[in-house]
Amino acid sequence: MRSLLAGTAAVALTAAGFVAPLLASAEAQADIMDEIQERGVIRVGVKADYPPYGFLDEDGNIVGIEPELAQDVADVLGVELELIPVVSSNRMQFLEQGRIDLMIATMTDRMDRREVVYAVEPNYYSSGTNVLAPAEAGLTEWEALDGLPVCGIQGAFYNRRTEEDFGADIVAFTGTAEALSALQQGSCIAFVYDDSFIVSRLGEEDWADYEMPLPTIDDAPWAIAVALGEERFNRFMSGMIFDWHLSGRILALESEFGVDNTPFAERMHETFVDINPSIER
Amino acid sequence: MEAIEAWFLAFYRDTGINLTIIYDGFDRARFLEGVGNTVLLSMVCLVCSVLIGIVGAWMQGSPRAWVRWLAQVYVQFFRNTPPLVQLYFFFFGLGPLFVITVEQQVGQMTFAREMPLLTSFHWAVISLSLFAGAFNVEIFRSGIEAVPRATVEAADALGMSRLQIYGNVVLPLAFRICLPALNNNLVNLVKTTTLAYAIAVPELLYQSNQIWSDSVNVPEMMVVLLFLYVGLVGVLVTGMQRWERAMRLPGFGQ
Repeated sequence: MRSLLAGTAAVALTAAGFVAPLLASAEAQADIMDEIQERGVIRVGVKADYPPYGFLDEDGNIVGIEPELAQDVADVLGVELELIPVVSSNRMQFLEQGRIDLMIATMTDRMDRREVVYAVEPNYYSSGTNVLAPAEAGLTEWEALDGLPVCGIQGAFYNRRTEEDFGADIVAFTGTAEALSALQQGSCIAFVYDDSFIVSRLGEEDWADYEMPLPTIDDAPWAIAVALGEERFNRFMSGMIFDWHLSGRILALESEFGVDNTPFAERMHETFVDINPSIER
Repeated sequence: MEAIEAWFLAFYRDTGINLTIIYDGFDRARFLEGVGNTVLLSMVCLVCSVLIGIVGAWMQGSPRAWVRWLAQVYVQFFRNTPPLVQLYFFFFGLGPLFVITVEQQVGQMTFAREMPLLTSFHWAVISLSLFAGAFNVEIFRSGIEAVPRATVEAADALGMSRLQIYGNVVLPLAFRICLPALNNNLVNLVKTTTLAYAIAVPELLYQSNQIWSDSVNVPEMMVVLLFLYVGLVGVLVTGMQRWERAMRLPGFGQ
């Protein structure tokens, strides 16, 4: 009898265990902002291999421009910040699965991505595609890559264009460290990636003999993303981004992390300031 | 072909199931390249790992202590480290030690550049063969130890050399005994080839990853991948089972 009772209790508990998360997720879908407040923590997906936007410092903490922006969001919401490292090939899935609440991870804003996540308006940053190549290769045009091995990152959208339009053989690795290592070892003639990342590397001693020789293509804005259906959070983030542009926060972060101010960030700042130039800010 | 492409494009619009590998020529080509590379990588590694197993098991039974020791070190090293770590070690650790200088032509210019002697595909073959080979050594040893001592002594009494006994008596018997265990390991090897994506070998998982990143059709590609591997491993298992039956020892188990 005792064991029968215990068994029944176990079954009931198991059933409750199955139902409870279902209920919780139903509530979560109602609104992520309530859930963040309740949890007291916001989980933000950022890059950890992409200096200066998101990288690891000497103590292994994720730092950079995007973690700073994430901290701003946490501060305004009055919650703790938890940074979760993501990579290009899993960042949208993390958001869809609810493993992160917000994604600030160098994501280029494209139509097909907007079918999977909410890309928050306005765009917060912009970059294009270029290559890092040894100066002695003397590259001047994209067409010169025809038939040559070019390193890349798995999941980057311009891999396909570099192959299809310019005839390069893409050799794609899982992270930037592996791809850069392969470039230095001579597995490929160039490394195709975001120009913003390449610029930050060119300042380093290891890359003194390298250059970013090609005209930047596909200059495209980056979007911060929230999960589909999160209307309230989407609009809240719009406000955050608007304020970053208006206050010059992004320009200041660029300077802080040693990047030249990008034309996009300057343009956005001027656009919003110019809406009412008579106001002193 | 065009009709099939149009049908799958309409299928995507109607159902939301996006199979770019059928209607998009570029995706189809790279997907097929991935299938080809996976099959090639699997077959080359299968053959190499079995050869390594045969040689290693022979070395384990050698009368010379240092030969036995060598086989033991190899088995311990490759059996006790993760295959992904081995791949990285070979490609990024050993790869830079073997370089050649080539005249690289870029546009109109040429310049001398150092490049690795072996490609990522070569390193994947070496690494995965050694990994699976280490297990095969132990599998063959189990088979060899199951061959009755009297049989070996009888062969010895007939004046056969150690190599002759190993090649003509012990191995054929041991092989039949350890085939089920060998099957297990070879099936595992085929699945382990997916790790080669980490060093940019354009096999199935690598190509699928790029396709789902471009087209945001992750669930579709996951299902396709799963079925393809079930199919690939199924072909291997069927073949090996037939072989197992054909090589059955009358009166010995089964």
